[in-house]
Formats: sequence, C-alpha cells, structure tokens
Amino acid sequence: MTVTSPTKQSGGRPHENVLRLRGVSKRFGAVQALKDIELDVHQGEVVALVGDNGAGKSTLVKVLAGVHPPDSGEIEFEGRTVSIQSPTDSRDLGIATVYQDLALCDNLDVVSNLWLGQELTRGGTLDEVEMEQRSWSLLRELSAKIPSVRIAVASLSGGQRQTVAIARSLIGEPSIVILDEPTAALGVAQTAEVLNLVERLRERGHGVILISHNMADVMAVADRVVVLRLGRNNGTFRVSDVTSETIISAITGATDNAVTRRAAAKTAATPVPGDDLDEEPEA
Amino acid sequence: MSTTDRSGTDAPTNEPSTATGEQAQVLQAEYADLHDERLIQHKGVGGAIREFGNRVRGGDLGSLPVVIGLIIIWGVFQALNPVFLSPTNLVNLTLQMAATGTLALGVVLVLLLGEIDLSIGSVSGLSAAILAVTFVQLDWPLVVSILASIIAGMAIGLFYGLLYNRFGVPSFVITLAGLLGFLGLQLWVLGRTGSINIPFDSWIVQFAQQMFLPEWLAYTLVVLTAAAYAMQLWFTGRRRAAANLSSASPVSILLRAGAILVLLGIAVWYLNTGRGVSVMFVFFLALVVIMNFFLTRTGWGRSVYAVGGNVEAARRAGIRVKRIYLSVFMLCSTLAAVGGLMAAARLAAANQSSGGGDINLNAIAAAVIGGTSLFGGRGSAFSALLGILVIASIASGLTLLNLDSSVRFMVTGAVLLLAVIVDALSRRSRTASGRA
Ligand SMILES: Nc1ncnc2c1ncn2[C@@H]1O[C@H](COP(=O)(O)OP(=O)(O)O)[C@@H](O)[C@H]1O
Ligand SMILES: [Mg+2]
Repeated sequence: MTVTSPTKQSGGRPHENVLRLRGVSKRFGAVQALKDIELDVHQGEVVALVGDNGAGKSTLVKVLAGVHPPDSGEIEFEGRTVSIQSPTDSRDLGIATVYQDLALCDNLDVVSNLWLGQELTRGGTLDEVEMEQRSWSLLRELSAKIPSVRIAVASLSGGQRQTVAIARSLIGEPSIVILDEPTAALGVAQTAEVLNLVERLRERGHGVILISHNMADVMAVADRVVVLRLGRNNGTFRVSDVTSETIISAITGATDNAVTRRAAAKTAATPVPGDDLDEEPEA
Repeated sequence: MSTTDRSGTDAPTNEPSTATGEQAQVLQAEYADLHDERLIQHKGVGGAIREFGNRVRGGDLGSLPVVIGLIIIWGVFQALNPVFLSPTNLVNLTLQMAATGTLALGVVLVLLLGEIDLSIGSVSGLSAAILAVTFVQLDWPLVVSILASIIAGMAIGLFYGLLYNRFGVPSFVITLAGLLGFLGLQLWVLGRTGSINIPFDSWIVQFAQQMFLPEWLAYTLVVLTAAAYAMQLWFTGRRRAAANLSSASPVSILLRAGAILVLLGIAVWYLNTGRGVSVMFVFFLALVVIMNFFLTRTGWGRSVYAVGGNVEAARRAGIRVKRIYLSVFMLCSTLAAVGGLMAAARLAAANQSSGGGDINLNAIAAAVIGGTSLFGGRGSAFSALLGILVIASIASGLTLLNLDSSVRFMVTGAVLLLAVIVDALSRRSRTASGRA
C-alpha cells in the first residue's frame, strides 16, 4: 500500500532533524545511569539503540517519555529546546512510546484500545463508527494483519498485540515513535511482521527509536545504530557501513575505543545527511 | 488529528505499487471491516446464533447464565405455588426490587473497577435517617431533606475516593470501616426515638407505594423505547454504511426492535392486569438504562472499563485514573443514598434497622449474580436489574411457600456461590480461548 501522507512524506523535506539530545545525564542516587548522552533522530529514520543490560537504554527512553526528567543536558525537538517533565509533555510534543509490556486492556476490543484516552466523540457520545473506520485505515496502511477490530485484544497473537500497541501510538500523529524491545517475546513470523511495521513507520516519515537486543533485527531495519555502554555513548554507526561484529564489540567494550574511532572515521567519510555532531569519537 | 488524510479506504485512486496493493483495492469494494479472510463470518440469523454459541463457548457469557437461572427459578416456584407468577405477586416483586436494585447498580460500578463497597447498606440507612429526621422532626421541605440525604451520600463517596487515591488503602477496608462508622452515624442521627414514621400523604411515600403508570402512558413508554432502539440501530447502520463498514440489515433491526416491543408490551399488559406498572420501578429501570448509556457510550464509561481491565494501561493512555475512582465511589454512595430514600419511602419509616439486615449483601450479591465480574472490567448496568430480579424472586417464592428467612439466606447464598463459580469458570475459559 502506498503512503499518502501529505505532511509526513519522506520525499518532502528529507531527513530533517526531529530530535536532538546533547549532554543528557541522569543519576539515581549513587548510580550514574546516563552521562552526557548525545542522540539525533531524523524524519523517516530508524535509529537502533543498543547496549548491554544496565547500559541505560530504558532510562534514556524514560527520559524521552517524561517518566524520569533528566538532571542536566539539552533536548531539542524540531529545532526548539524543550523540557520534558511528564508523560503528557512528551506526548504533547509528539513523542509516542510503546513500552515492552505493551499495556493493552485485554477486556476491550481493538478499536477501544487504539483510541483509549483519546476517544473521538460526536455530540458528547463516543463516535464508534468514525473510530472504527479510522482504525481500519490505519491498520491497513500499516499492512497489519488483524482479523477484526471488534474482538478483545486478549484473543490476538503476540505479534498482533504488538501491532495494536504500535498502531495506537500513531493515533496522535507523533514525530517520534519509541519502541522498547518490540520483538523480544515474539516468534520468527511475528518478528518479521513487526519489523515490517517498523518499515511502514519509516515510510510514513516517523522518526523511530528502536531498542533491541537482537542484532539481526537491528541490521534488518535500522538506518543507524547508537551504542550505549555503562551510561555513555559508545559509538554511532551507519548500518550500511558496519558488520554486527563491530557493533557487538562496541556493546561489550571488547575492543573499546579503537572500534569507535574506526567507526567514526568510516562514518565521517560517508556522513549521514543532516548529521554532523554525533559521529565524533568519545573523548 | 489527521488520520483520515491518509485513509486508504477513501483514496482508491492511489497507485497500487504491488500485487498486494491491487488485491487490497479489489477487497475495498467490500466492507472495510470484513476484509481479512481469516475472519470467520456468520451471516444472517442462523449465523448470529452460531456466533453467539461461539462467544459462549469462549467464555463470554454475558447475561446468559442469569437469564437461564431466572427461568429455572420462576419455573420451580410456579410449579410449587401457582400464586408466584400471578400479577399481584409480580407487581409486589417490582416494588420490592427497586430500592435494593438501586444499591446494586452502584455496586456494579465499583465492581467494574475491581473494587468493592461494603458500606452501601449503612449509607442507605443513614440517608433514610437524614430524610426522616430533617423532614419529620425538623420540618424541612421534603425536597430539601431529599437533597440533604443525597448530598450526604455524595460526600461519603468523595471521602472514600479521596482516601483511596491518597493512601491506596484497599476499598474493602475503607468501606468496611464505613459500614461501621456510618451505621453509628445513622443511629446517632435517629437519636433516642430510634424509629420515625414518614407521613403517608407525603409524595415520596405515595411515589414508593401508590403510584402506578396509567395504562396509556405505560404502553406509550414501551412503544417509545422500542422506537428509540430501532432508530438508534438504523442511524448507526446508515453511518456505518456511509463509512463503508458492515451494518445491520433492516430486517434484523426490525426483528430486534420488535422483540423488545413484544416483550415489554407483554410485561406491561400482565402487570396491568394487577395493580400496574409501579412508578418507583420505572424510576429504577430508568436509572439502569441511563447508567448503561453512560457506561457504553461515553468516554467516562470507556475509562471505567479500561481502569477495571488494566489500571496501568489506562494510566499510560492518559486517563485520569484517580478521577475515575473518585467518580465511581461517589456514584456508588450516591446511588446507595437514593436507594435508602426509596426503601424508607416504601416502608414509610426510618429506623435503626434501615439499611441493615441482608440489604447490603443482597445488593452486592445481585450485582455478581447479574453477571458483573468480581475481577473487574466486565459487566453491565443491566446485571443490577437481572441480579436483583433473581434475589427478589427467591425471597418472594420462599415466602409464598411459608419458609422463613433461614432457608432464604441459604438459598440466596447457594445462588451467589453458583454465580461466582460461573464467573471464575468463564474467566478460565476466556483465558483458554484467548479472551482473558
Ligand atoms: N528507577 C531507578 N532507580 C535506581 N536505579 C535505576 C533506576 N532505573 C534504572 N536504574 C539503574 O540505571 C542503570 C541503567 O538501567 P537501564 O536504563 O534499565 O538499563 P538497560 O535498559 O540498558 O538495561 C542500571 O544500573 C539501573 O540499575
Ligand atoms: Mg531495559
């Protein structure tokens, strides 16, 4: 299915920088969970956020989602410096977060879940017809395989539930969609379904931050990979330029700064359009 | 919101880029909601029955168990004593149900959130006491007394809601404390007298004991109800068709509205062969229908179900969860106060045992027997009506058989147990068939 978005066409103003983080830090008591984090996300770009357990990925997501406001650092959204103090701030900016546990209401049907908290009304009552029609449009546009939007989400498969959760995040037309481990609990076919969905998000012009442990998934859909290690940036790679071994060594720190330096040299040779700062090696 | 801008449905001129695009375009000729070939569709009346069968097997029982139970109960009592289904007895039944049914309606709401209110009996008793003392002893205008009682109920619910939201104490404990505390307050308000009679000629007692709908009005209401139902189905159907979604056929709309017309018509005719349709009962029915409307047609109702299903999901979806709890606790206590007024009016008195005895537990049992799940997120306003119908039928039937309350308590207990088991079993089969 073709993308017909008038506003989010990736052909319009390609690769405009939507989200830009500089020097973002967050500590929990004695734990410095994030230190001087830099991150850029462009329109229609899939950025994979990878790192070992405890590297700070979830914390970074929560900073962006407004769950944990950062201690210091600057967040620029669509060119403006913003402060994200609450989940509402985050959502109002246009950042949608799909948490790992999805948080769907099993007792409600697909339409109700998609529009939960932002129901369309008509004369004060729920506009079920409009919501159902738009649900179908959205799901079809995502090439989602959902048999019916009027069945309880509990009866859907894992991949279908993930689809509903992702589709729901798109209702408010966010510029950035954050997916926390969307394929962690899924089988092969369902993983493919979700990765397809990530492609659709890119086509629709959303900036996507994808957290994943699975190198195959990352290499399959991401444009860039941002590695976190012990709460710091440990390299940014263009997927077309690296092997998963290089990324893995940046994650584990096996070859430490040599890897990042080499990677930085490579990416400097073929700069990501509109991207200038985040390829620099760690000091 | 610009989701429709990109809608695939109303933009068939898009160049299909792939074979699947072409296929999708062909499918767009059909209804947008019936595309998926994996969707098992049932067409026509037979199909509707088969789909209903599937739903039941999947554990989505709805009102089915209680309707079956009611038919059995009525059959048994009618066989044991033919007076049971006489118009006189059924009219009495409607009069007996209304007050406790109103309490049960509030319980349905808190159960939908997965919470409980054990204090509804005490609150209804307090409300009755306030009415009697202010109206009879202090000579307040009746309307002011009624308002005072209702406001007391609202205040109690507000208090519960604030406690719940502030301290996260389980509603079980808060309302258990309320059960004791407000019983004490009721006794204190009544003072030494202990029992106060409400004058027979006051309109509230008339309303509860003597007022019946004129025949023409009762039938008019039946016709209007069926017509409103049909109109609503028809308008929804037209909008759905315009939106390229499948819609109910005119025949099925006529059948459904016709069924309502006939059922209600027969009920009214039968009650009219006795004293008639009680105004207080109609008031209770109206409360149920209004509550059903708010639960199923408004964002507030959707939020109630969402909070009952998954609080965390509701919170993350931006629902103001605390407001939902607050509103539901307030509505429950307010309905308890209203039910207390109805009970006092029917008795034409308020005394120390107003709202006491088995009223509390009957109201809670009615909500559960009617099919509202104890686990939250599932149920309907109509379960208050169906549940109280079962309980009142058992009470009435056993009284007709000259059995005393010992048997009544045991039978009602057994039915409640049965209802809870059905709830638990259907929950299990929902899990098995993936509808958890
Ligand atoms: N709410 C919190 N309170 C205290 N420490 C936390 C909190 N959240 C995360 N941390 C700590 O921050 C570090 C990064 O955690 P996290 O962001 O969850 O890592 P990841 O998601 O990459 O596995 C860990 O050491 C973790 O213990
Ligand atoms: Mg994590």
